[in-house]
Amino acid sequence: MSGAGEDYEELLRAWVGRELVARRPGQDPVNVPMIRHWVEAMEDPNPVYLDEDAAKATGRDGVVAPASMIQAWTMRGYAATVHPSAERSGFDELVALLAEGGYTSVVATDSELEFERELVPGDHVSVEEHVESISAEKQTGLGAGRFVSTVKTYRDASGEVVATQRWRTLRYRPAEKPAPDKPKALRPRPAINPDNAFWFEAAREHRLVVQRCADCKSLRHPPGPCCPQCGSFAWDTVESSGRGHVYTFTVNHHPRHPAFDYPLVVAVIELAEGTRLIANMAGVEPADVAVGMPVVLDWIDPDPDLSLPVFRPAAHEER
Amino acid sequence: MSGLPGAAAIAGIGATEFSKESGRSELQLACEAVLAAITDAGLEPSDVDGLVTFTADTSSEIHIARNLGIGELTFFSRVGYGGGAACGTVQQAAMAVATGVADVVVCYRAFNERSGERYGLGQADRPMDVSADRAAYSWMTPFGLSTPAQWVAMFATRYMHEYGVTSEDFGRVAVVDRAHAATNPKAWFHGRPITLEEHQASRWIAEPLHLLDCCQESDGGQALVVVSARRARDLPHTPALIWGAAQGSGNDQHMMTSYYRSEISGIPEMGLVGRQLYAQSGLTPADIQAAILYDHFTPLVLPQLEELGFCARGEAKDFIADGNLSLTGRLPFNTHGGQLGEAYIHGMNGIAEAVRLLRGTSVNQPGDVHNVLVTAGTGVPTSGLILGADQ
Repeated sequence: MSGAGEDYEELLRAWVGRELVARRPGQDPVNVPMIRHWVEAMEDPNPVYLDEDAAKATGRDGVVAPASMIQAWTMRGYAATVHPSAERSGFDELVALLAEGGYTSVVATDSELEFERELVPGDHVSVEEHVESISAEKQTGLGAGRFVSTVKTYRDASGEVVATQRWRTLRYRPAEKPAPDKPKALRPRPAINPDNAFWFEAAREHRLVVQRCADCKSLRHPPGPCCPQCGSFAWDTVESSGRGHVYTFTVNHHPRHPAFDYPLVVAVIELAEGTRLIANMAGVEPADVAVGMPVVLDWIDPDPDLSLPVFRPAAHEER
Repeated sequence: MSGLPGAAAIAGIGATEFSKESGRSELQLACEAVLAAITDAGLEPSDVDGLVTFTADTSSEIHIARNLGIGELTFFSRVGYGGGAACGTVQQAAMAVATGVADVVVCYRAFNERSGERYGLGQADRPMDVSADRAAYSWMTPFGLSTPAQWVAMFATRYMHEYGVTSEDFGRVAVVDRAHAATNPKAWFHGRPITLEEHQASRWIAEPLHLLDCCQESDGGQALVVVSARRARDLPHTPALIWGAAQGSGNDQHMMTSYYRSEISGIPEMGLVGRQLYAQSGLTPADIQAAILYDHFTPLVLPQLEELGFCARGEAKDFIADGNLSLTGRLPFNTHGGQLGEAYIHGMNGIAEAVRLLRGTSVNQPGDVHNVLVTAGTGVPTSGLILGADQ
């Protein structure tokens, strides 16, 4: 069952105002030993909880229980927690209905308490709980969920209200766990060696360079240590104008490498300078790439250690 | 060229089955193929004194020699550049025999290319060193260009652009290959011909290449026994004489990515091989009755026909469309089914088919065949053979 159907909304709405937990007395009356455990654990130095004289000095009749213990007096205790009753309470039914809607997880969001009077040893507190509201589905950081507000009413042995507690939980559908935080695969690394490092270093600065023979001035790419025209080992570089055209290309479909998006256009670009290089295309659909298409240089930085030229169709004024 | 043409012959051929998962080591495949070829030649392992394979092969000559009891070797050699090596191994063997360096040389190639390391998956995630060979990939793999199909697709796009060729023109090559494989019981695609429509409907691999433009990936081994022509005449089978055996590496040669030449719609290294083959043999294209052309991808079959002189530049599409590659055509082609249809054994299975054509034992024998031209890998430094009948 999804959490969105109209029937489901109706079932949830029917719970508003209903009793979740019938009036149930605490296991023990308010007592000093339990108060002592509490204030020691909380390191609460206020003397009115344990020192009869100090309490009287404040105008009270004697020691009082810490207000924040109100819920503690009605807790079901260890045994009932470990071996819960088989009897289904209204609370169990509502939890089951929420689970049917996919709201299988819970987190407490807030609790508002109002106190009518202080409790003193000998008070026997009971609690009952009603559903106040169930929200529409909300998107939260934890996932889609509904805020369920209930009101717990605490009474003394005579039935007088001593405190109320508005208790709000978020019942939510756990968000799909995002794929374990794996960064996108890196593009295959170039194998950098003394013959090609200059080109990739220039690319890091977004400069497209072409190797040039320092003697006969002929350009060459891919680069190499020796000029095939004149045999010179001396070379420098020139920076390309970044203009050219598509000499040929392919659109890759299979196999797929996780670093790339497919279909992937890879082109051989003939630069205005006359040399060619392999590069990706950008700003164009694969079906619109054509041999001869004028292109201009742009750059991509696929990861912090790699910058590569990319070519996009030239606007008319760029041609 | 005086010493080589006609000096040596292929006297034996042997292969494993061709499969997608051999279930055995590459060394075992190599041993099985070499032994089968020796047996086919009517020889014993102890007769062998030379071994040649590809640099790409994982089974060194010494492992073959040791496992088969071949004993001493006086000649061992390897040829590089992937499938470009195929006919080059036979050239090495023929030169060794012709010069007396060795008497019986076995050329072999065996791999688990489908169940083991698949070439089709590309170079993207191969470990990088910084050798010149490895650094050459720096201009490709960071851009997502890493597989043979993608490399060839670049040539295909340009060839289509220059000559008005379509994907259907490439598809016709696949249809012929698969038609021939369909009647070859040894072929993976035995009994499974394809239509041009099926070719067109097959999925894209790297545009303009469809799946059915691409060869298989196969497990298997193939071996060839090369001896002197004189000795071959005393052995059981009709000798396949080696009238031409050539290698070729072109100007500004790259590994399947020679995109930087003034033109890329031809295969100049194959033209170089062809010119040598015809010069060595004294033959012309008109003397060739059948061709085994390397077909890792269909587009590069077309410029091969042009480079080897079977048709003029840009006319291969018409030569093929006219039916010239069929068994009844001018140039019966890949009668075993090629690497698209039979198996991808790096071109070595095609040389064996050329031997069968000369013996008259091909399952698709197109009649009398006196001379067969065989080529090796395209786009890479390559090689070729003209095998012929005794004269």
